[in-house]
Amino acid sequence: MTLPSAIRKISDTVWEIPVTYKPGMLVPARIYCTEGLLGRMDEGVFEQVTNVACLPGIINYAFCMPDGHWGYGFPIGGMAAMDPETGVISPGGIGFDINCGMRLVLTSLTYDEVKPELPRLVDALFSRIPSGVGSTGFVRISRDEFRLVAEMGSRWCKRNGYAWQEDLEMTEEGGCFSGADASAVSEKAVERGFDQIGTLGSGNHYLEIQVAKPENIHDEETARAFGFTLPNQVAIMFHCGSRGFGHQVATDYLKLFLGVCGKKYGIRVNDRELSCAPFRAPEGQDYFAAMKCAVNMAFANRQVILHRIREVFSSIFHRSPEDLGMRMVYDVAHNTAKLERHMVKGKKREILVHRKGATRALAPGMEGLPDCYRETGQPVIIGGSMETGSYLLAGLPGGEETFYTTAHGSGRAMSRHQAKKLFRGQKIQREMEERGIHVRTASWGALAEEAGPAYKNIDEVVEATELAGLSKRVIRLVPIGNIKG
Amino acid sequence: MPFRYLEDVATADAAFEATGETIEEMFLAAAAATVNVMVEHPEEVEGGEEISFELEQEDLEMLLFDFLQEIIYLKDARRLLLLVEAVDIDMKATPIRLSARSRGETIDAQRRRLLTDVKAVTLHRFGIRRDDRGWTATVVLDV
Repeated sequence: MTLPSAIRKISDTVWEIPVTYKPGMLVPARIYCTEGLLGRMDEGVFEQVTNVACLPGIINYAFCMPDGHWGYGFPIGGMAAMDPETGVISPGGIGFDINCGMRLVLTSLTYDEVKPELPRLVDALFSRIPSGVGSTGFVRISRDEFRLVAEMGSRWCKRNGYAWQEDLEMTEEGGCFSGADASAVSEKAVERGFDQIGTLGSGNHYLEIQVAKPENIHDEETARAFGFTLPNQVAIMFHCGSRGFGHQVATDYLKLFLGVCGKKYGIRVNDRELSCAPFRAPEGQDYFAAMKCAVNMAFANRQVILHRIREVFSSIFHRSPEDLGMRMVYDVAHNTAKLERHMVKGKKREILVHRKGATRALAPGMEGLPDCYRETGQPVIIGGSMETGSYLLAGLPGGEETFYTTAHGSGRAMSRHQAKKLFRGQKIQREMEERGIHVRTASWGALAEEAGPAYKNIDEVVEATELAGLSKRVIRLVPIGNIKG
Repeated sequence: MPFRYLEDVATADAAFEATGETIEEMFLAAAAATVNVMVEHPEEVEGGEEISFELEQEDLEMLLFDFLQEIIYLKDARRLLLLVEAVDIDMKATPIRLSARSRGETIDAQRRRLLTDVKAVTLHRFGIRRDDRGWTATVVLDV
């Protein structure tokens, strides 16, 4: 990998590509990572982050987080804030899987209590939470009711008995982006998603049963505030998004923006995946309203999955979910655009923050945090490969420069095709079993694609976010059970 | 079907090149490559239900985009894996017109070895080119 010659070191964890790098750049690009990670970043990151720097209305910098790798339009790990009055909104800054995100749920069980039941537990979760190609969920609703889900998100789940009130408080934006308007969504999008609530999907989506081992607790006080109070406490982490509904919303508006970006608004983009419209234009506002529907559907999807997880644990341990301490730590999105208030050139103002494979990470004391996390900062959930483990982090004041944004995962290091050639799903399952990780998958091929060595080292990624002052390590969680879509 | 997956284009996803002596053959190959990301041996897909659809586009590239997107849409909306049997493209029409005839098999994990769900067709490196031997499409799918 050759680094762009223009790149310069700002600090041990911040690298800048100046506006002179490429014609049309309005702001410099800033990449947050260690020198080691920078050397291994693919060239697509530099190309794409500097394309983002050309988008009208961009504020300060085009950012890339330590887990950056090439994506479509924006790199994965990309973040850009726009001036809502003069700037654009781009589906390429959000991704096809709108509100793909992570949820972490506690139990009051320890590893020793769960271990004898682990195979039954994983099998039951696998059968109750559909995954893989073409899976549909147990929530049977009409298309009109689905439009309500899209406008209400987790609030619909609460109304229909799939959520506790405190779940909503522990979800980014209370599990509902306000201003979602289902009339901005196509019939095709509704057709693709109305029967998929409560499904995991496929690709890198998964559900894991994890353990917080005492030696993996980096910050005991914050861990305790996040609900980890027992040695070897068991938690459940899962990763999924807005399913076919969100994918279709993204596709519909990508096509619409392709038609109006240059022709109607005279905006030249370096990559068709960056097609966009002015945020205040009718097309921009329609996309924002439709995107919020997909955001809300994803919150509802994860909420219904949580409901299923509680049912499964309750039936296996013959105790109520409340008695099993099955409280949410947090739910955080990593593919969204949102109006947020931040300090820009010394003044607090509203800006449009695109996060694509990047996580919001509020620092202690900030507005938008649930009361119980005011002292600690926001929990940030970072998924690693299914073999190596994941992290729970907390937001830090140093996040001010990135508008309180940090990484989202470990990022792939190997193509899916190559992973399938190198690894065999059945063998991986056997080997993980020997290491005490019980795995069920909808597809052996998909399991092979997600093998541990196909991913970057998550320890390096989270360490880089900590060194950069964006988020700090609280707990490293190791898997003992995995459901792979 | 003449298609091959590309190793170095899409680390996180699935990329392929589909070829054909005619535009129609290339479209059929691209359809098979897309379905093959989701299921092993797409040529074995069968089923009583015949699915026909028609599409119109100003531009051939976007016609291919819509065509592959229709396969993805039917996978979710109707839970069907498609074996596209015939494609007719009228290049002289304005806009360009496509009609496709296919058979759809209801997705059944017991019956087929399912692989990875496809979310969308992307425009990343998306394109069609023509040379002496025929037509080639490059496609990256988000999975």
